[in-house]
Amino acid sequence: MSMADLHRLSIEQASALLASKAISSVELTRAALRRIHATDAALHSFITITDDVALRQAQTADDRRARGDSGPLLGIPVGIKDIILTQGIRTTAGSKILGNFIAPYDATVTRQLLDAGAVCVGKLNCDEFAMGSSTENSAFQVTRNPWDLERVPGGSSGGSASAVAALQCLGTLGTDTGGSIRQPAACCGVVGIKPTYGRVSRYGVIAYASSLDQVGPMARTVAGCAHMLRVIAGYDTHDSTSVNRPVPDYVSGLGESVNGLRIGIPREYFVEGMDPEVENAVRAAVRVLEQRGARVTEVSLPHTEYAIPAYYLIATAEASSNLARYDGIKYGVREAESAGLLAMYQRTRAAGFGTEVKRRIMLGTYALSAGYYDAYYLKAQKVRTLIRRDFEQVFATQDVIITPTAPTTAFRIGEKTADPLQMYLSDIFTISINLAGLPGLSMPCGFDKAGLPIGLQIVGRPFDEARVFQAAYAYEQATEWHLKRVPSDQ
Amino acid sequence: MALSRDEVRHIALLARLELSAAEEAAFTEQLGHILQYFEKLGTLDTATVEPTAHVVDLAAAYREDVVTNPPAPEALRANAPARDDNFFKVPKIIE
Repeated sequence: MSMADLHRLSIEQASALLASKAISSVELTRAALRRIHATDAALHSFITITDDVALRQAQTADDRRARGDSGPLLGIPVGIKDIILTQGIRTTAGSKILGNFIAPYDATVTRQLLDAGAVCVGKLNCDEFAMGSSTENSAFQVTRNPWDLERVPGGSSGGSASAVAALQCLGTLGTDTGGSIRQPAACCGVVGIKPTYGRVSRYGVIAYASSLDQVGPMARTVAGCAHMLRVIAGYDTHDSTSVNRPVPDYVSGLGESVNGLRIGIPREYFVEGMDPEVENAVRAAVRVLEQRGARVTEVSLPHTEYAIPAYYLIATAEASSNLARYDGIKYGVREAESAGLLAMYQRTRAAGFGTEVKRRIMLGTYALSAGYYDAYYLKAQKVRTLIRRDFEQVFATQDVIITPTAPTTAFRIGEKTADPLQMYLSDIFTISINLAGLPGLSMPCGFDKAGLPIGLQIVGRPFDEARVFQAAYAYEQATEWHLKRVPSDQ
Repeated sequence: MALSRDEVRHIALLARLELSAAEEAAFTEQLGHILQYFEKLGTLDTATVEPTAHVVDLAAAYREDVVTNPPAPEALRANAPARDDNFFKVPKIIE
């Protein structure tokens, strides 16, 4: 392995080379930082690059290994979405209102990664408070898609996806409230999984919509994601919605056969008007699994068309409540201090929040306000029940559900910013999975004529991430999409 | 249903957001448009459906009342927009 090629390694390849002491974490981390500095002026994946922290942690990882320590993430350079707290490091949530916020403690997922020996190379750009599908809502910068710099990387974890695709680091953490890991993973041609709600701690993750938010990993391979999820999954007493269930060894089960696996294909996810290249690639992917013994059945999720309104009412209602804390008192920016308390709040929030965040706070406040609560918020929660039941019925006879991750490949920067409803519709295939709390993975299943990656979504039963990974791994082993290189690496 | 400019002003007050005239106009139109699309929820009969607030069964978790996280008052105060020694500084609210 040439030192110039280290940034191309997958997590599992790098892990094996570190274990055999063929390379050191310091060498691997230097390679990642070199790659970041060479590419990020064009890509803007990172809000903060933490060279010094990374090299210190890499040295610590090498020291740990010299003392006999081991582990799949020991010495692996990763990036963390800037909505996840990292002690002593600026954590902005992509918002001006937290532009100078230094996290006073680590999120549980950060601590788990660092305890496992992972090396933090920086904090990744995202839509402000994770509200968006293109990363254009970041207060700091627009992240570019590594496959085509004129296109969005998807969102909200666009920086996390582009960093993995552009080989800036080996794995990243994102968060997913309505598709924010899976849709950017699809747009950038990487693997990303939103775990079951309650599987991964939300402690220290800046809240958007608390009944939907979930942290998950992104990597260039299924095994990379499996390694990362194994580390961050598990019960946490600091998160009251964390679920106390054992974490299976996702990695050792990867090679299991898909012979007999029952795959449901929901007809509502192949609608008229969807990009035919996307549909063809997804159907071809299903055939690959079928050829390996999987049994494919068309199924129905009849309430799919109600998911977008239900999601955008519930998510914005929760957001309007969660974001009430930004009042300019204990942290963040403060405006108009001398104008009186009410004006101080109003102007602090007016200056600190971007347009999409304001729009969602307004929508959520309206949905919760007197006279509209029953008609909007409560109604949306009842529809959420119907959507959950749809999935329960399908999973009574199927092991996984396969769909496209998004109806199109990555759209152009600026293409949807003028019409918020159009932007919301780009989440159409991912949000139901959040409403139902299920695990969902996106992985590349082809490229369109313009050379842009197409995403395949695999959805599992609650806490059945292992089976989702098995199906994904079987497909990955049979195909070579994950080996295709971005233009900047050719 | 369309949203009036007055309703938008009222919601903005509830949300403690000062909106410019341009934002008010844009939100009146956009939120009205979005809510109109959301009207389709009204076509579903949910009279006998229980709402889902959370997908996991939550039970109150009990633990000993002891501090487990190391106190870091200086790291917390360091993020304050205004402070005076060990205190968060706020505008005067009582005349």
